Amino acid sequence: MKKITTCGTLAALLALGAGTASAGVKVGFMLPYSGTYAKLGEAIENGFRLYVEEQGGKLAGQDLEYFKVDDESNPAKAPENANRLIKRDQVDILIGTVHSGVAMALAKAAKGSDTTLIIPNAGADAITGPLCSKNIFRSSFSNWQPGYAMGPVAAEKGYKTAITITWNYAAGKESTDGFKESFEKAGGKVVENLTLPFPKVEFQPLLTEIASIKPDVVYTFFAGGGAVKFVQDYAASGLDKTIPLLGSGFLTDGTLEAQGDAAKGILTTLHYADGLDTPRDNAFRASYEKQYPGMAPDVYAVQGYDAAQMLEAGLKAVNGDVSRKDELRTAIRSATIDSPRGKFTLSKAGNPVQDIYLRQVQGGHNQDIGVAVQALADPARGCKL
Amino acid sequence: MHMKLRTLLPLAALTGAAALLPLALSDYYTGLSIKIMIYALFALSLQLLVGGAGLASLGHAAFFGIAAYFVALLAPESGAGNMFWLLPGAMLGAMLYAAVTGALALRTRGIYFIMVTLAFAQMAYYVFHDTSVGGGTDGIYLYFRPELRLGELVLLNIDSPYGFYLFTLACLLLTWAFLAMLMRSRYGAALTGIRVNEQRMRAAGFSTYGYKLVAYIVAGGLAGIAGFLYAAKDGFVNPELLAWEQSGLVLLMVILGGTGRLWGAIVGAIALTLLQELFQSQALLGDFATHWHLPFGLAIIALVALLPRGLAGLPELRRPRPNKGKTTPAAPVL
Amino acid sequence: MDPVIFLIQCLNAVQYGLLLFLVASGLTLIFGIMGIINLAHGSFYMVGAYMAFALQPLIAQHLGAGFIATLLACVALATLMGYFLEWAFYSFLYRRDHLQQVLMTYGLILVFEELRTLVIDNDVHGVPVPDWLQGSIPLGGVMTYPAYRLFISAVCLLVAGLMYWVLTRTRLGMMIRAGSSNREMIDSLGIDINRLFRIVFAIGVALAALAGAVAAPVSSVYPGMGNAVLIICFVVVVIGGIGSIRGAFVAAMLVGFVDTFGQVFFPAAAGVMVYLLMAAVLLFRPEGLFRQG
Repeated sequence: MKKITTCGTLAALLALGAGTASAGVKVGFMLPYSGTYAKLGEAIENGFRLYVEEQGGKLAGQDLEYFKVDDESNPAKAPENANRLIKRDQVDILIGTVHSGVAMALAKAAKGSDTTLIIPNAGADAITGPLCSKNIFRSSFSNWQPGYAMGPVAAEKGYKTAITITWNYAAGKESTDGFKESFEKAGGKVVENLTLPFPKVEFQPLLTEIASIKPDVVYTFFAGGGAVKFVQDYAASGLDKTIPLLGSGFLTDGTLEAQGDAAKGILTTLHYADGLDTPRDNAFRASYEKQYPGMAPDVYAVQGYDAAQMLEAGLKAVNGDVSRKDELRTAIRSATIDSPRGKFTLSKAGNPVQDIYLRQVQGGHNQDIGVAVQALADPARGCKL
Repeated sequence: MHMKLRTLLPLAALTGAAALLPLALSDYYTGLSIKIMIYALFALSLQLLVGGAGLASLGHAAFFGIAAYFVALLAPESGAGNMFWLLPGAMLGAMLYAAVTGALALRTRGIYFIMVTLAFAQMAYYVFHDTSVGGGTDGIYLYFRPELRLGELVLLNIDSPYGFYLFTLACLLLTWAFLAMLMRSRYGAALTGIRVNEQRMRAAGFSTYGYKLVAYIVAGGLAGIAGFLYAAKDGFVNPELLAWEQSGLVLLMVILGGTGRLWGAIVGAIALTLLQELFQSQALLGDFATHWHLPFGLAIIALVALLPRGLAGLPELRRPRPNKGKTTPAAPVL
Repeated sequence: MDPVIFLIQCLNAVQYGLLLFLVASGLTLIFGIMGIINLAHGSFYMVGAYMAFALQPLIAQHLGAGFIATLLACVALATLMGYFLEWAFYSFLYRRDHLQQVLMTYGLILVFEELRTLVIDNDVHGVPVPDWLQGSIPLGGVMTYPAYRLFISAVCLLVAGLMYWVLTRTRLGMMIRAGSSNREMIDSLGIDINRLFRIVFAIGVALAALAGAVAAPVSSVYPGMGNAVLIICFVVVVIGGIGSIRGAFVAAMLVGFVDTFGQVFFPAAAGVMVYLLMAAVLLFRPEGLFRQG
């Protein structure tokens, strides 16, 4: 008996917290608000809200009601977190997330409930590959894109042999597979694919391996804390003097302060860079720095900002009536987004077709030094759309 | 099977209420209730080890995860799989791993046993996490919820939320009944004896190793049912299901609920899940809800500190037992 | 494998092993002497690292002192924190059974993580390597070995030596060894067991924090670092034998070698190797390699 009363009271309390229905568009953020990726989640939401602010607080004339769930970058809790937004808060649009494993669960939940999902970071190739769907979009990138873009750069510089090193998980493998594909197409050879279990950061044994194999160049994918440590370890081992290091942009994004001198001169590829010096980017950066003083605008903020633009494109086409789902999604898919990174369109699978920039670490920034590959589209292998 | 009407009637009422609950709840809360029941089943399976055999395992999530992966990997992508062989198959997979690892782990005792079970769970975790067997860290989908088919005839379809709810409830009740009967049987009595004083049981001629191994395997199989249900629920399986945090969580449910009674595991699962929901609820805690780990951690500490016998021990605190001197805890037969 | 490369890999293994020993020794001390399973030990490691991160600029600015001073400050603060924690929380755990200890310290992990988020933040941070250790030592023309890693190994060896000296040559060490063998006996001999436990616990915390602080420049400071080191530490303690410092040393070395060479020769199974080692050891010696002492 006691069990039922306790459960009943708790359930009632929770029902109270479910949020009241109101007019406008319900937007649900499923982002990491705690843990290692909390900063990224914050930047994405900031970017999104900035665009809405710039439009006067509304998108296509619609008021937005925000709901937030902290996904803790934990795939095990992802289905229930997704359900919190979809079933409990009954959002119209989902924006999330950073971690690919969580994004997979989010995509499944979105498909099952036919909710429109815009992914502002997670780059898992599968989401716009075999698991693509009419209601899923990305405002970011696929893991393959930055990797593929680096191959021609490496070949052009005359490197013949390369080693790839990354964590043994999907993001790392997809990135290095992309590099291998284009590097070998241009005549190079990847002699070894080194991996270590995610998220271990003891690189010494593998650095020693690299030293013994002596390739022309090393391509790597690491992000966050691992990226900081790897770059530092690479420099400390003296390898940076003989074997140049190339990487996907996340190696040096948001990590330069911690990496210090060790990162000087490293070349990376990414769909965004510092010093693009276009009117659109300059306006965005000024606006972001004014709205969020003390936070530097980064690729995550841009991705969040563009997610808002994509949503606006959809809302405009249906005059704010979110129940016209097919029209909304078709509008997003056929939109051209005027992003701070440059204009981009979406592929049939929902992934951005965009320029990938070549960047070099100069003076504490990832300075744009040219375009590695223009209008690169992810091949969306396995997508049946 | 002597069940007094005094116990039977409230149980029947509870079951009836539980069966009717989704009619009063939204889709989200029905889903939450299903999740609670799955974890209650999971906790019950661990209760057999902890409360029944006195074996504390910190690697129970392995069986849960292996069963979930079994279903997700072997179910067809184009249509609903057949529960007729997927469910027993999942259980068998889990039981196989339990048999092999249990045979080795039961050679150790106490804290070492805890650590060995943790080690074996970590090994299974790394197989799914680092190799391409299960799709790696990003996890894999179960595209369609399995149904029960005999040839071409569909006997049971659990696609609807209410249908799945009732199916899960049925699994939970059957497992509970099974464990209750098991603990009341001669095997259960022997297991209790082993928990209380293994040396004496050995001296009396019991092959304690065998009894414990059977408990370990059965517990693994029951955890497999929970794993099957979890995979079927949201259709998403990932390696974190085998992580030590999951093992710790289910152990917490068992301890919190109390090891003196079988239903302690169920109460523990309900209490812990609701507690998590409570602390994460933005309506109650506002912006501070993102830091919910803090009040949750404190709550865990407080609950374990104040309720050494768990929630199931609460009624005992109010009605002091006549023979208070007895220190031997009885077998959890309910 | 090239002999020079082999030697370098051995060096990597030893350095990793020594750092593990530093953290694990604290854990085995606490478990062996006080009988408490402390899941929050990884959190102490994290606290040490974050302390180094937070204090290093302050000490450089206000005291003009360098890295060694930061390390000493971290150790001092950690000791105080450990002393306080034992009095406020852990002293209540002695009477509890192991399972309850596991769960209460599990709750403590959550509390520590969240407190760290509130007090500092969730970011990844770097701690700069002190100038006088910046260089690298060339190894056989193949690659260079960072001098700071040698410093870490030196610190670990120093602490190991210090521990050995304290345990075998001082009264405190004698009491600790006696307490680990028979708690009731030394209690009845009139030694203040509560004070002793508090000191031992504080030492354990200090060891973990020192490991975190000294490793911070090379491992970077990030939220998940406590949990990552915790599991490996438990494996080391169990392989070595609970309560045995000598065992922790040998086990840490074993784990260091298995992990390092496992990564090179069996990259796919690298994560599992250490657990296979533990399972193998426990099957032949169910109570670990060494007994208490």
